[in-house]
Amino acid sequence: MTRVACYRLVLVLGAVLLLELLCRVGVIDRLTMPPPSQILADLWLMLRAGTMYPAMAKTLANVVIAFSTAVAAGLAAGVAIHRWNALRLGLDPLFATYYAVPVFAFYPLLIILFGLGDTPQILIGFMLAVVAVIMNTLNGLDRVSRVLMKTARIHRLGSLATALKITLPCAAPYVLTGVKLAVAYAFIGIIGAEFIMSRTGIGYEISFAYNNFDNATMYPLILLILVVSTAVNTALSHWEKVLMRRRGQV
Amino acid sequence: MSRAHVFLRDVTRIFKTADGAGREVHALGPVSLELRQGEFFAVVGPSGCGKSTLLDLIAGLSRATSGSIEFEGRAIAGDVPEGVGVVFQEDACFPWLTVADNIAFGLRQARIGTDDRERRVAHALDLMGLADFAAAYPAQLSGGMRQRVCIARTLVLQPRLILLDEPFGALDQQTRLLMGDELLRLWRDTGATVLLITHALDEAAMLADRIGVMSSRPGRILEIVETHWPRERDSRIVADASFGEITGRLWRSLRTESLKALGKSTGGTPA
Repeated sequence: MTRVACYRLVLVLGAVLLLELLCRVGVIDRLTMPPPSQILADLWLMLRAGTMYPAMAKTLANVVIAFSTAVAAGLAAGVAIHRWNALRLGLDPLFATYYAVPVFAFYPLLIILFGLGDTPQILIGFMLAVVAVIMNTLNGLDRVSRVLMKTARIHRLGSLATALKITLPCAAPYVLTGVKLAVAYAFIGIIGAEFIMSRTGIGYEISFAYNNFDNATMYPLILLILVVSTAVNTALSHWEKVLMRRRGQV
Repeated sequence: MSRAHVFLRDVTRIFKTADGAGREVHALGPVSLELRQGEFFAVVGPSGCGKSTLLDLIAGLSRATSGSIEFEGRAIAGDVPEGVGVVFQEDACFPWLTVADNIAFGLRQARIGTDDRERRVAHALDLMGLADFAAAYPAQLSGGMRQRVCIARTLVLQPRLILLDEPFGALDQQTRLLMGDELLRLWRDTGATVLLITHALDEAAMLADRIGVMSSRPGRILEIVETHWPRERDSRIVADASFGEITGRLWRSLRTESLKALGKSTGGTPA
């Protein structure tokens, strides 16, 4: 393990141990938060009992749907917008201000339009994620050099083949940055939406547990989301690093 | 052996400026030129004279404003014809593919079978001295080796016309001489027609059978110099007495044009 990795591990372990200590000596009382070791034990019990599996399955399935549609639509839109400059000039102000608008503010409208089912929740996850994919795809495509575009023409590739075989692979590290953000935004969108407009899912279960002072359910669920989201993000970061190293960029 | 492989008649290229004012830049021509089957033809000229524009037109990467271009008897008009390979000055390696996959790219595109493809890639790797780097990524290679990858990627497709746009421009002088030797060997082995665009007079004098000297913008062919080198030749001819004569003659034609390109007067008779 490198020295830096050691520092990072020590930092995280230190923070968890400090939290454990503060909980044990009573600086943080039990009604506010159980010690981390207790949260971990509760999570283990919860996973063994299997009571939360339907909620977890529902949330994860919706995250996967929001994420994959956002990546597919974002890539296609990125390629199209890159190709037609007029479209880009029209959309640029929208993209520039997009993340200044809280998508959650539209939740009453989404409920009116789509009811209380999964659709509005997935839509919020999708809307948060898709623009990050589009913007990062555009950023990557902008960096494809003119000589590679000429090379595509020398190989007599059509528009679709040029996108699939030259421009997107060339832009891959930047596209992957967008994909990474899409994972995070899909989680934020889905779980946030479950808090306010759902009767199922992990987000709903957390808020239900909170309203019932059920710390033995609430904290393990928060920990679970933390672990899953961080694990997916770390895996993608690792892949990103592999791609960058191949190109001599660390 | 002297029938025209590429044929240009009164070719011009006029660009519209991008500022929307509708101003036009006359970049090239009129140029009339014949490339003979299997010859090595070089084009030299002052910077900005439209050399690369000429190559883009012959490659089919852009369209002539007027005039006609034929390759093997068929008109070229804005599409890259089959049988033409191009190597650019800039690094055109695909950074996400290994050296072997870079070289195999065009073969995959042409749906060449796996056995044949692997054989041809292995041959190209050998020929360009890249056999030990088949699994390396371009970022791990030097500039000269990356340019060899690009040349190999072009050669495996066995083009009948090879267009080279200052392919050694980014390399140091020694590497350029050695790459020139390799290029001559490949040209002899493949029997392809080669068009080399360069600003280096010595490079043109050493490599080409005939050298077209271009004027400053709008580029026209001022003169065609024949080198009379034997087909079997290498970089050692730079020590030959007639090598100096050829470069001297090229420079006499070009000096005035180069000064014009710099926006200066000719300053009396050329030395």
